[in-house]
Amino acid sequence: MTFEPKIIGILCNWCSYTGADLAGTARMKYPANMRSVRVMCSGRVDPGFVFDALAHGADGVLVCGCHPGDCHYVEGNYKCLRRIPLTQRLLQEMGIDPKRLRLEWVSASEGGRFQKIVTEFTEEIRALGPLKLRDMKFDMNRPDRYSLMAEPGDKEHTY
Amino acid sequence: MTKPKLAVYWAASCGGCDIAILDIEEKILAVADFFDLAFWPCVADFKYKDVAALDDGAITLTLFNGAIRNDENFAIAELLRRKSVVLCAFGSCASDGGIPGMANFYDRQAIFDYVYGKSPSTVNPDKVYPQPLTKVPEGEVYIPAMWDAVWTLPQVVDVDYIIPGCPPQSDQIAAVVGAVIDILKNGKPLPPKGTVLGATESTCCDECLRQRDVKKIKKFVRPFEIIPDPDLCLMEQGILCVGPATRGGCGAKCVAAGMPCRGCYGMPANVRDQGAKMASALASVIDSTDPEEIDRIVAAIPDPLGTFYRFTLADSLLRRAQA
Repeated sequence: MTFEPKIIGILCNWCSYTGADLAGTARMKYPANMRSVRVMCSGRVDPGFVFDALAHGADGVLVCGCHPGDCHYVEGNYKCLRRIPLTQRLLQEMGIDPKRLRLEWVSASEGGRFQKIVTEFTEEIRALGPLKLRDMKFDMNRPDRYSLMAEPGDKEHTY
Repeated sequence: MTKPKLAVYWAASCGGCDIAILDIEEKILAVADFFDLAFWPCVADFKYKDVAALDDGAITLTLFNGAIRNDENFAIAELLRRKSVVLCAFGSCASDGGIPGMANFYDRQAIFDYVYGKSPSTVNPDKVYPQPLTKVPEGEVYIPAMWDAVWTLPQVVDVDYIIPGCPPQSDQIAAVVGAVIDILKNGKPLPPKGTVLGATESTCCDECLRQRDVKKIKKFVRPFEIIPDPDLCLMEQGILCVGPATRGGCGAKCVAAGMPCRGCYGMPANVRDQGAKMASALASVIDSTDPEEIDRIVAAIPDPLGTFYRFTLADSLLRRAQA
């Protein structure tokens, strides 16, 4: 069974989502691994969205916005341009491959380019493998749990 | 009439919260007057078995400070949860993991390897590391097993209220304890479960008295690199202040003294991940649209992870360094 990555695509309403829509109406095939989420502007993408996605099962996050200079809200995509590299740096320092977060500028007419980006990104994440996170949820019956007062006669425990 | 019982406990803690409670000065007499002390390792000599011998729900209020990172912390957290009516996560460590939470950048093995191996002046060729249970000629010696990760109190037991801060400021503690005494004396209803006490619903910036204008930062500096203007926002002068992503309630005392906020009151209201919000806020105020210039400006931040998550790593979305 090949690993099927779960990718969250956060697409801005004006350019990227429309570009993705164009890929759809033109029947351009791309992997179904990407689940798309529409935001009004790529400047809305909070680093918390990326962490939330990765913490809850996503293997990769793709953020798409309007080309610099073309943002519907003038400056939103510049904020995104500043946020994503900072988020990638945080991911790297947390030990998560920063390649799992990708920023691309996709205009409303770039359906073909969107198809190419999603296909490439899916294969890249497939090669990276599933994101395995540890110590996310507290388990009371954890295997390394010892009782508060070990009883005499307990075998010698080592880590 | 029996007095309601009060317990204060320290788990993975520095003791500062206990001192902060004592720092309410003469108001501690009102506390001692109203409550019967059931358990407070910092100030009184009650034993764990004294707590275990109490009925469930015998302790009216427990202020639990310190993070959960070993068997003992967890066992006493569970014990106090059973024996208490109201359990408060008191202070940053219990609420968000606090400074001990930064151990989540490593794991137990890495910590032991450094502390008992590679640290300066340590000589330990046989790799003698502490073990939970060791047989010695006299019998068996037990020390609580250390866990691989640090957890916050709400992550391991059911918690009623959160009182953030490192430590919670004494004036806030006095206000909270005063309110509790008032509620218990006059039969008023308790606040809804999960309420954050002793803090505001806004950020530290709201309490800061410095003048704030438009933030456009071209360069980040360390506090010693400039002589900061005492009246202007520190962030606007290029000093990294985590105030925008920190809950208010502390009175912004650090900033008033010229030190940038470090984020000890934890997440503001409605924020799930403090570090992510700080990164987001920072990106908003960096004054550049050129990718290379942005990289240069951001590269001047020596340790973004440690700076943004100094107090809340254990409660962040990704919880710990994952490699």
